[in-house]
Amino acid sequence: MTGLTGWKLAFAFVVFPGFAFTATMGLVLTWVDRFVSARVQWRKGPPVYQPFADMLKLLLKQTVVPAGASRATFLLAPILGFAAMCVTAVLLFYVNFFPRGSFVGDLIVLVYLFTLPPIAAIIGASASRNPLSAVGASREMTLYLGYELPFLLALAVPVIRTGGAIRIGDLVLAQQAGGPFLYSVSGVIAAVVVLICIQAKLGYPPFDIAEAEQEIMSGVLIEYSGVPLAMFRLTKAMMFFLMPCFLVTVFWGGLTSWWAILKFLAIVVLVILIKNTNPRFKIEHALRFFWFILGALGIVAVVLAFVKL
Amino acid sequence: MKDPRIWGLKKSPWVYHVAAASCNNCDIEILELLTPRYDVERFGIVLVGSPRHADALLVTGVINRKSLPRVLEVFEQTPKPCLVIGVGTCTCNNHIFLNSYNAVGPYDKYLPMNAYIPGCPPKPEAMILGVARALSRL
Repeated sequence: MTGLTGWKLAFAFVVFPGFAFTATMGLVLTWVDRFVSARVQWRKGPPVYQPFADMLKLLLKQTVVPAGASRATFLLAPILGFAAMCVTAVLLFYVNFFPRGSFVGDLIVLVYLFTLPPIAAIIGASASRNPLSAVGASREMTLYLGYELPFLLALAVPVIRTGGAIRIGDLVLAQQAGGPFLYSVSGVIAAVVVLICIQAKLGYPPFDIAEAEQEIMSGVLIEYSGVPLAMFRLTKAMMFFLMPCFLVTVFWGGLTSWWAILKFLAIVVLVILIKNTNPRFKIEHALRFFWFILGALGIVAVVLAFVKL
Repeated sequence: MKDPRIWGLKKSPWVYHVAAASCNNCDIEILELLTPRYDVERFGIVLVGSPRHADALLVTGVINRKSLPRVLEVFEQTPKPCLVIGVGTCTCNNHIFLNSYNAVGPYDKYLPMNAYIPGCPPKPEAMILGVARALSRL
């Protein structure tokens, strides 16, 4: 990122498109999620400021560290995922607005950054010395192993279609020249696979196995209270904003046109509807689903991309 | 503008449900309270799975020698400030277990109670009223 130096870089990380912008959009989207869910269930739903009130309350509440927990690890784990999302926001918006300014391999960097929030949750849960938390962490790990394979296979499709470009800027430019990757057979299959992986990465139903409230009492988050819990929820809200942005960037023509807002909202509503109409998977069923169904779909998409369909 | 902590508590009270040896009637009514028909999410009320996330404890059941230490432990696990609301007549005055050797209630001998909601079981409307009164007194 050559153009960003000094105070511009600091501004990018803290205000736009980093922390302040992404967190606000994420919290607004959390409200959209709760509102649409309420309408699906024929309810009125919470007011617009509800996620902000939740955040304020959590930030001002007492933080309890359980006895016997690894204190530093327990309290620092949420910062890992949160910082990763701030960096992701800067990188993602930068490559959209300055496609030639980024570095080679930023697609790979983004994929790794998106894996950090689940890893932060696993670290924090393991540090909390709670058996239900440990169950949640092991489920999160299994789920992570499951969805990463189809996710990477699906992301290989645009790379193959552009002849090996692993710079997101090149993918955006290729789409501006030759139309979005979504408007082809391999693109549709890959985008569907990525959409379902987004659902799992966000931990929304039917893949909220690690946070199952009814069976393991919020799983990985069970011991968290106050500020660290607020950071985990904020990280999730930011992911909820960034993952659909990522999907639009890589498959649906980039974020630079006004149409991108509509595309983005369409994906968000689709995620919310999937969330509201599906019961939770068992962990072994989820793993089987990701490896043998979505993985197979991913391979089909890759083969189709090689024959330029 | 008062204390922002109280404002946050009023606008998003997350509820943890402590079933302390109740007959399950109140628990079923609490579950009914959380159905779409009553839609308590309008007020930001959400049922959470862990006392660490909770702002309000809904305690049901007559308190007895076995359940008292557990309820106190859950109260200690809850980050402060938090509300404690007793649901059902059992929490108010031991109800039909009045002269039992095992009933050691009512709750306010042991916990800083914010509200009692009488009824056997109380209607969901009564619970909404009780929680709203408890919040408005903060």
